[in-house]
Amino acid sequence: MTGPEIHCIADIQHLLAQIPYANLIGAQVREQDGEPLFVLPYRESNIGNVLLPALHGGVIGGFLENAAICHLMWAQEVALLPKVVDFSIDYLRSGRPQDVHASCEIVRQGKRIANVLLTAWQDDRSKPIAVARAHFLLA
Amino acid sequence: MTIPPRVMMTATSKPDAEPVRAPAFFAQVMQWFEQLPHCKVLGLKHLAASAGQVIFELPFSDAIIGNPQTRVLHGGAVTTLIDTASGSAIYTLLAGPEAVATLDLRIDYLRPAKPDVAVFCTAECYRLTEHIAFTRAMAYQDDIDKPVAYAVGTFARTSAGKEGA
Repeated sequence: MTGPEIHCIADIQHLLAQIPYANLIGAQVREQDGEPLFVLPYRESNIGNVLLPALHGGVIGGFLENAAICHLMWAQEVALLPKVVDFSIDYLRSGRPQDVHASCEIVRQGKRIANVLLTAWQDDRSKPIAVARAHFLLA
Repeated sequence: MTIPPRVMMTATSKPDAEPVRAPAFFAQVMQWFEQLPHCKVLGLKHLAASAGQVIFELPFSDAIIGNPQTRVLHGGAVTTLIDTASGSAIYTLLAGPEAVATLDLRIDYLRPAKPDVAVFCTAECYRLTEHIAFTRAMAYQDDIDKPVAYAVGTFARTSAGKEGA
């Protein structure tokens, strides 16, 4: 269960490269104000509605869940992937065929359980396309 | 991956299972869903449907692994399976074209999804109102009694085509 130890944001990018699902959707990370900012560059294979068109809601959910895993590892500087316990997502706007950004806030971290809040937006951070709340078990 | 016998049982053995409301329309919607770029990438397949209920399959592929060490599947792929199946369950009750949008989805991950086997999802639309559809879903692998995830969702219906429902 041990992955690479995460000390800096470049380590997160290295971790993402090792997670097959993260590669499948194309998740990336960069630094903003000392925190990881997750980016999902637009790709046609993430489309879930061809008429609108819109990104698949499942992709937005998967991207956020993945962002939470990486953010927790970065915040704790650990090499163990946390396990998702539950994940609750509210879809606020449809995901247009553009890049998606995501940030993660650790609301509470206990010894074994972490509660995180996630926000996804496109060009305007004040107009999120989805917010999610999740619990993770820190292995 | 062959379909475990219990899955087929679930699909066909319900004595009170009624057919979907508009079979030709529903078949069209399922064909359209399976062709959506991201559903195609995951290989999502619709296996069975009755009024209010559907069964979907997410075949295993290395691309949906979430933990490179344990090879456990990523929750994101299960999320997409559940979202797609839950939305499809609504269409079993609709008379004609209409769009539905996921409002929220809450998923409990009961146990890790193992690699090398498919994930199945039964989804049900248990209440349909003029504006909202309420759904629940369960994802499992080779044993339906050991679910991988439980989920509940709500969906918004668009203004078009509601007279019939």
